[in-house]
Amino acid sequence: MEIVSDQQRKRIHPHKFTLWVAIASILMMFAGLTSAFIVKSNLTGWKDIDMPKVFWYSTAVILVSSVTVQAALRSFRQREMRQYRSLIGVTLVLGILFVILQWFGFKSLWDQNVKFTGSAGAGQFLYVIFGLHAIHVIGGIITLLVMFLKAFFGKVKLYSSVPVEVLATYWHFVDILWIYLLLFFIVIG
Amino acid sequence: MSESIHIHPGSTAHDAVHDDHHHGHHEQSFISKYIFSQDHKTIGKQFLITGIIWAIIGGLFSVLFRLQLGYPDQSFPILETFFGHWAEGGTIKPEFYYALVTMHGTVLVFFVLTAGLSGTFANLLIPLQVGARDMASPFMNMLSYWFFFMASIVMIASLFIHTGPASGGWTVYPPLSALGQASEGSKLGMDLWIVAMALFVVSSLLGGLNYIATILNMRTKGMSMTRLPLTIWALFFTAVLGVLSFPVLFSGLLLLLFDRNLGTSFYLSDIVVGTDILPNEGGSAILFQHLFWFLGHPEVYIILLPAMGMVSEILSVNARKPIFGYMAMLGSLFAIAILAFLVWAHHMFVTGLNPFLGSVFVLLTLLIAVPSAIKVFNWLTTLWRGNIRLFPSTLFAIGFVSLFISGGLTGIFLGNSTIDIHLHDTMFVVAHFHIVMGVASMFGMFAGVYHWFPKMFGRYLNSTLGYIHFWVTMIGSYLIFWPMHYEGLAGMPRRYLDKSIWKSFNQFGDLDKMITVVSIIVFAVQLMFVFNFFYSIFKGRKVTTTNPWGANTLEWTTPINPGHGNWTGEIPEVHRWAYDYGKDGREFIPQTEPVGANESKH
Repeated sequence: MEIVSDQQRKRIHPHKFTLWVAIASILMMFAGLTSAFIVKSNLTGWKDIDMPKVFWYSTAVILVSSVTVQAALRSFRQREMRQYRSLIGVTLVLGILFVILQWFGFKSLWDQNVKFTGSAGAGQFLYVIFGLHAIHVIGGIITLLVMFLKAFFGKVKLYSSVPVEVLATYWHFVDILWIYLLLFFIVIG
Repeated sequence: MSESIHIHPGSTAHDAVHDDHHHGHHEQSFISKYIFSQDHKTIGKQFLITGIIWAIIGGLFSVLFRLQLGYPDQSFPILETFFGHWAEGGTIKPEFYYALVTMHGTVLVFFVLTAGLSGTFANLLIPLQVGARDMASPFMNMLSYWFFFMASIVMIASLFIHTGPASGGWTVYPPLSALGQASEGSKLGMDLWIVAMALFVVSSLLGGLNYIATILNMRTKGMSMTRLPLTIWALFFTAVLGVLSFPVLFSGLLLLLFDRNLGTSFYLSDIVVGTDILPNEGGSAILFQHLFWFLGHPEVYIILLPAMGMVSEILSVNARKPIFGYMAMLGSLFAIAILAFLVWAHHMFVTGLNPFLGSVFVLLTLLIAVPSAIKVFNWLTTLWRGNIRLFPSTLFAIGFVSLFISGGLTGIFLGNSTIDIHLHDTMFVVAHFHIVMGVASMFGMFAGVYHWFPKMFGRYLNSTLGYIHFWVTMIGSYLIFWPMHYEGLAGMPRRYLDKSIWKSFNQFGDLDKMITVVSIIVFAVQLMFVFNFFYSIFKGRKVTTTNPWGANTLEWTTPINPGHGNWTGEIPEVHRWAYDYGKDGREFIPQTEPVGANESKH
């Protein structure tokens, strides 16, 4: 049941607002993990890691995807649907590429003998924190896929830009979150 | 005001025709109306009934282990009937006692007093009292219940596995909870506990997001934030606390899951089990406690705040007086919500916490007494010289205030890190948190159920049974938990099955017997309430007027059995706050009534 009333339109759309609260919630989860990292890094038996280079490539990829999703939103608003479809498609591909690159990052770290077992270190945290971030990206990818399929095969014409805006905001969020996490590991780790 | 909403054409006719019972074939199928429903009222009822089932399970556990605590040297065949090889010969095995205590805590804290309490009343009351057709996202709301349901299934399943459910206490501290070889309950039962709690966290996040978005974005015309009933404010702060603290618990449990199954060392360091030297190094068990209590402390306010909100509303309605100090009530709710995040380390005074840090947490903890005292003062002054109608709901609300005072005062003892050295991990702690958080919130919940039952089911609960329920529960609660303070002050430890080797605690033998007997009686009376609840859904006295309590809030402007969409016509406009009782010679003035020209100011 869709519920929108005239006088509610002046306010921020409930779905967008819900997203912002959800973002605060996700941030608390990562804040919990990164503060655990800080506490632990002062204890004995801590091992540092060399950040694999692959993570820089994935950073570039997710930054570009942020630009493309914003461009997709713009073309949706201008009703340039062909452009919108291709830009959503490009973002989707970049998102998948990001997750694959993360996988290679984990693999090169694993090959450096940073494993789950044994004593604590930045590596174990990296797997958990970056892994959890990747799961949030995958959540975005699934949404992108749904939007992409809807844009091609949807029988109902969409005029409201709210779903696209929600998607774009979420995508920028996982992008910024990634930059923060990477910097966190480089500066503190 | 034009609404672009589609009300099912059948739903209004349905109310008129089928007043007595909700069966029959309408536009909505049985499944979409009662099972996978997106109607916030139905979801609220689902939460309530699931919560009741959980409360019976969790309460029964406490009665059964109380049997053993009260009569340590006797055997009860009934225990073997219930628990099989965990209670061979009718006495509970120590390991299984821990499992029972753990499950009692987990079930009551999370499944009853979090999901059952705020899940029920946030769902039922938020759209009705802010004037909305439904939640911001009814679909997410439905998911919220079904994630809770799945969490329930997983938790129930853990009761039936061979090694038994989790048994490290509801706080699941590692290393005990992290090492399967440490105890039976740390095997599969612990994994299931973590999975169930993860599902539970998802459920409460989906719910909480919705509650916040609905309160902030979906209020009807004229419903400014300061015209909101205090129930809504309390539920709002509850949702904010949940949304910001549950993710941290999730983080903590995720790391625990890694430690358990993948051999990481987040919480483990230098451990020898039997002759086994574990390779883990550099982990910190205290880290888990920080992550856990960062949720754990806000959690007690997640439990308590909805009860506070409902009690404020019910006391004002039934004292026929405006709530005393609305803005002070609001400010103290806000202060409690802020302080809730700043006091978690008072659960860790004796973990080797830096005493200086401890003193900061003592100060912040004792500060909570200020907003709490403001609230108590305002409840009492709301009652003062009112025309009090002593319905069961009123009695339970007054009972809540009583319990909140007596339980809150012992909190001042425990909040001092020096006194806590003596009192920590004794029965004093058990007495404190059961009275102030457990029983008090239960009372808030009962008050809410008695008050809003007519709105939920279009019928009344039986009042006579309600009065019996109240008096036995009220007297029983004090009889059960008050003596525990003495036991705790004398140093009797909590979590111990058998204290008979300490001669000094033998003096409490009769007291423990009394506590056990009373807890059985109180439990029986709760079953009577459950009977009253289900009997009244079908056979209770019918509600004949839309506003049976003469209350001002918007939910009483809906039809007696509102359909999905709540109001048959337009959503009413709000012109005043919710507490105009006994004003200008009128008993009550609903929120929907425009302010008259000659009306006095409140």
